[in-house]
Amino acid sequence: MSLKRASVAVAGVAESDLGQVAPHTSPIDLMAQATLRALEDCGLKLSDIDGVLSAATQARYAPGQLCEYLGIKPKFFDGTMIGGSSFMTHVAHAQAAIETGMCDVALIAYGSTQRTVSRAAASPREYNPYETQYRPLLPISAYAMAAARHMHEYGTTREELAEVAVAARQWALLNPKAWEKEPLTIEQVINARMVSHPFTVRDCCLVLDGGGAMILVSAKRARTLEKPPVYVLGVGEAMSHVSISNMPDLTVSAASESGPKAFKMAGLKPVDVDMLSLYDAFTITPILFLEDLGFCPKGEGGRFVSGSAIAPGGKLAVNTSGGGLSYCHPGMYGLLVMIEAVRQVRGECGKRQVKNCEVALAHGNGGVLSTQCTVLFGGASTV
Amino acid sequence: MVDLTKQSPLGTYYEHCKKGELAYQVNRDDGKAVFFPRAVAPGGGTNLEWRISKGLGTVYSTTVIYYKNEAPLNCALIDLDEGFRMMSRVEDIDPRHVKIGMRVKARMHPGDEKLPPYPVFTPAGDAK
Repeated sequence: MSLKRASVAVAGVAESDLGQVAPHTSPIDLMAQATLRALEDCGLKLSDIDGVLSAATQARYAPGQLCEYLGIKPKFFDGTMIGGSSFMTHVAHAQAAIETGMCDVALIAYGSTQRTVSRAAASPREYNPYETQYRPLLPISAYAMAAARHMHEYGTTREELAEVAVAARQWALLNPKAWEKEPLTIEQVINARMVSHPFTVRDCCLVLDGGGAMILVSAKRARTLEKPPVYVLGVGEAMSHVSISNMPDLTVSAASESGPKAFKMAGLKPVDVDMLSLYDAFTITPILFLEDLGFCPKGEGGRFVSGSAIAPGGKLAVNTSGGGLSYCHPGMYGLLVMIEAVRQVRGECGKRQVKNCEVALAHGNGGVLSTQCTVLFGGASTV
Repeated sequence: MVDLTKQSPLGTYYEHCKKGELAYQVNRDDGKAVFFPRAVAPGGGTNLEWRISKGLGTVYSTTVIYYKNEAPLNCALIDLDEGFRMMSRVEDIDPRHVKIGMRVKARMHPGDEKLPPYPVFTPAGDAK
């Protein structure tokens, strides 16, 4: 049995408050706030929710903690935790649950206060006896080594990496909710404080508080609700390793497996995609994912993004929210990656709206390029 | 199969490190090198044999980490000639001069009160 194209749809989405929250705010406060906003977005009630899916670095029993807080007792819950791509996986699991009648209204929620409590406190790293003694600055150094290898094998340049950050910043300036408010140049990215070579601090995602919520229902039910349904056309999941020492090829992520799976389920090809929301934890990741998801040949990602190609007005709209680099990155960013894709399909994105956006691809990344999950969303014309 | 009530893969690895040896495993079923050390081989086999690496390898990727108020620190992934990869550090060279493709040779770092000895690498010149 496999998941069916467009059997479920996103009914509601919302962010919690983003950026820097008040002291002693909890991750669950943010999840609950986003949940109410997502319910308001679609016109459903808290009592309608009978499935809860969540993961958070600060809440080991995230679904239970959210249910305890909200006083709800769903019949389906899932706490799958595979890093920043957990929420794309939650979409697949919610779809399976809805298709099989395990629940009717599935809530996916996330929250983090990593800026307030510090990243070290929010995401303590497990001891790895084969890595920890070398003091890699994780996750940054793992992605830095992937970037270094990509530069070595394919001639990707420092400037091309910076293009990703600059494009994200240009999009962010069109998004009122984005954290960053000032323009950014390639020179500023390259000359910023070096963190883990070749990455400067401007190659790295923001460290912010925030969260979000998404509500999924059957396609049939979605058509009775307030907002136009955004259908789940395809999902694909893949993983290749956990520790960077065990990644077979640092220039090829498992997005090369998750992407084709999602496209196959959706019956679509990369050329059909109007907008991409790619998990940009670091400037190398959109380059890798553009290659691995089939938008350019392997090794061409750096040249693909150069010349403002993924910035506003470029040849392909990527990370229109401003991404994890300039909009918001609250520790695990996958849910916000999808929320932007959903809003683009709905046509709610104001100045940054992609014209006639009917198919949006949201790609999640977890760990150190470890877990990859791709979701294709579509509007009314796709079903 | 290894009796985990008596001996662990990491414990065996540490014993070799204390003797100045970089140990790894080979899966006798397919001849492939296995690292990190395991009780069960990738794919499910249990026919794992311990071997000592010659310690010669090539830098697969590298980064320089700039911790605040510290000298720049190298961190690298090393492909050992026997066919396994590990994270390590290349020493005796400016960390900024460690390059992908550089030949390196293992040396045992003595560790400290918190850490058991662990392998680091130094430039090996043209060693094949």
